[in-house]
Amino acid sequence: MDLTSFAGDVGGVNDGAVAIAGLSTRGGVLAGSRVVAAPGGINSIQPDEMIVHCGAGTAVDELNQALAAVGQCVSLPASGTVGGALARGLSDTRRLGYGPIRDALLQAHYVSATGHVVKAGGPTVKNVSGFDLCRLLVGSQGTLGFLGHVILRTRPLASVSQWFSTVADPWVTFATLYRPVSVLWDGSTTWALLEGHASDVAEQAALAGLVLADGAPALPSAHRWSVAPSTLRSLAITGSFVAEIGVGVVHRSDSAQPRKADAAIAALHKRLKYEFDPTLRLNPGVEPLSV
Amino acid sequence: MTTLTEDLRRAIGTDRVRVGATELSLYRRDASNFTGEASIVCFPTTTAEVQSVIRSCVQHNQPYVARGSGTGLAGGATPLDGAVVISLAKMDRLLSVDAENRQAWIEPGLLNLDLTKAVAHLGLHFAPDPSSQQSCTIGGNVANNSGGPHCLAEGVTAAHIVALEVVLPEGDIVMLGGEDPDPDGLDLRGAFVGSEGMFGIATKICVRLTQNAPTVRTMLFDFDRVEDGAETVSAIIADGMVPAALEMMDQLCTRAVEDYIHAGLPTDAAAILLVEVDGLPHGLHDQVERIIAIAQAHGTRTVRVAQDEAERALLWKGRKTAFGAIARIKPNYYLHDTVVPRRKLPEVLNHVYEIAKRHELLVMNVFHAGDGNLHPLLIFDKREPGIMDRVHAAGEEIVRVSIAVGGVLSGEHGIGLEKRDFMPLMFAVADLEAQAAMRRAFDPTALANPTKVLPSSSSCGDVHHVPEGAWI
Repeated sequence: MDLTSFAGDVGGVNDGAVAIAGLSTRGGVLAGSRVVAAPGGINSIQPDEMIVHCGAGTAVDELNQALAAVGQCVSLPASGTVGGALARGLSDTRRLGYGPIRDALLQAHYVSATGHVVKAGGPTVKNVSGFDLCRLLVGSQGTLGFLGHVILRTRPLASVSQWFSTVADPWVTFATLYRPVSVLWDGSTTWALLEGHASDVAEQAALAGLVLADGAPALPSAHRWSVAPSTLRSLAITGSFVAEIGVGVVHRSDSAQPRKADAAIAALHKRLKYEFDPTLRLNPGVEPLSV
Repeated sequence: MTTLTEDLRRAIGTDRVRVGATELSLYRRDASNFTGEASIVCFPTTTAEVQSVIRSCVQHNQPYVARGSGTGLAGGATPLDGAVVISLAKMDRLLSVDAENRQAWIEPGLLNLDLTKAVAHLGLHFAPDPSSQQSCTIGGNVANNSGGPHCLAEGVTAAHIVALEVVLPEGDIVMLGGEDPDPDGLDLRGAFVGSEGMFGIATKICVRLTQNAPTVRTMLFDFDRVEDGAETVSAIIADGMVPAALEMMDQLCTRAVEDYIHAGLPTDAAAILLVEVDGLPHGLHDQVERIIAIAQAHGTRTVRVAQDEAERALLWKGRKTAFGAIARIKPNYYLHDTVVPRRKLPEVLNHVYEIAKRHELLVMNVFHAGDGNLHPLLIFDKREPGIMDRVHAAGEEIVRVSIAVGGVLSGEHGIGLEKRDFMPLMFAVADLEAQAAMRRAFDPTALANPTKVLPSSSSCGDVHHVPEGAWI
């Protein structure tokens, strides 16, 4: 995919502040900066390589529709663009089974602060050639470079995917099940998403005393806490929540305690930002690290 | 002014700072063919001691190299220019296990297989399983982002590292990542894994543990043509299955292994394919049937399904001891490690055979076919005059062929010294500069394992490597 035009839009260090927008499903456009958008479109789907190559501006839903035709999917949260999902780096509630979103990115071509197209990673599912710049890009919120096109690892779609629920203790449920895709808990009810062969799903559900559920519970969408999974048990909660057991994401209606970054970690972030965007022109005002 | 040796001895004790010629010579190299030179070898036992050692090195402007068991194959732990070797081998404790949430805190010197053994009674294991897992450390796995046969389904080391306590090159002790799923800021944990000792030294590691599968099936197929085996691999993946492992061996390798372990392997086949699937029983039964049908459609001569754990262990022993078996043929070998798209495997294997033949070298292939991760093994006797030139020339051609078909330089061994100067084959100037920027940010001192991974600026300044369309 050609990024010449996108790189031209981003421009170089003398072209002022610039912000990137996808479909504005994850926070919307930054005020005060020129706004650019990455190209969309699927370049290739290679089911026997378990990879897909697409523009960062491609809608996640469009990508998954196209992949469903070959029995595969990407484990990116639905809605918005591929680039937006990667730049935010937040996984959805299937993280327990599918792994975090950061592991889905194999290769990225991004436009740097100087307007150059830079490649990170490689096109194969296994690759340790050089430093792992892809990990740094996922969750960097467009502060190090703007994703142009990417190669993602795909996974096979399960033949059966079914939500169940129970009033049993969520840790007992979690310990009983073999690799559930998701275990959620709201303080009284436990939900589990099971995938695989229909008979295995039925047997697992019976083993853990699960009953069929209509679907996933509604998530309190206002705030997302990130806590060590070992501390979830002590969620003696005020306000409604849905916790991801075995993961530690808690969807809550009240806001999380502000975090304070360690001084050496803050200094390292500052050095990285300086190296990748010395004039602070990419997504100004966005700061991945709490200060 | 005190000497570095004196400072180190004051910091961590005289007997854990060694400068004797015999000991230094033991630490001149790792398991690669590169030999360097160490000036001091030290053995810290705590995070604070690692910090003291790094600070002393910085004070004396002395480069240092962290080292686990020294099983690395790319020269990543080879000390250059009299670097201080910091051995983490004595920091080998399993600190805590959270069985409920399947995480464990360990020290970097803990051996990979020892962790899996220690949590086996909980029905858990550490998924990355390099062939050296009996002797390699998890700190080394972190440095190299190591793989192994079971990484096809489970992912490489990076996917199993939750958090790292690291002493940064300027001496600060920090936590990268965390037990919580979305730690604040950039994914420094992810950036650190695979940084080959150039971003600091990990002193505590929080790993993710994986549930043992309730059922496992291991199958062996054999083919008259290598291509048929390789195509079977692609067809299995394209059919929507991700087996736990898909390993292939060619004829020469199979013969060497069979002579060594007598597992009843078919020595007249051009290639054998080991396929392992695991999971719940019904899905597994389905997958075994589909895989056998695919293998038969691609002309497998026989279908062998391991009947019990003993037979399964024997088949795996064949795979994991392949390198030992080779010593029976020639005293030396050079193991390569590249990844190519799966569908290019037959084409690249033919190139590998042709290259070896042209350089009059024996070559065996034993590799992670499911990942497209090739491990051509050039076998030779280094006492033969001029042979090393041929070995290196053939190796470079294999790397070039892999890149030319859309592959990558290394799947699991890393870049180290071995592939450093090949980096421009895969990365343009701007790409390498971005990696150099990571290094500068993590290590402003440039003393942590210097001159590895990144080619010198002269060799990466070659504008001919910049692809069309790039902005320069």
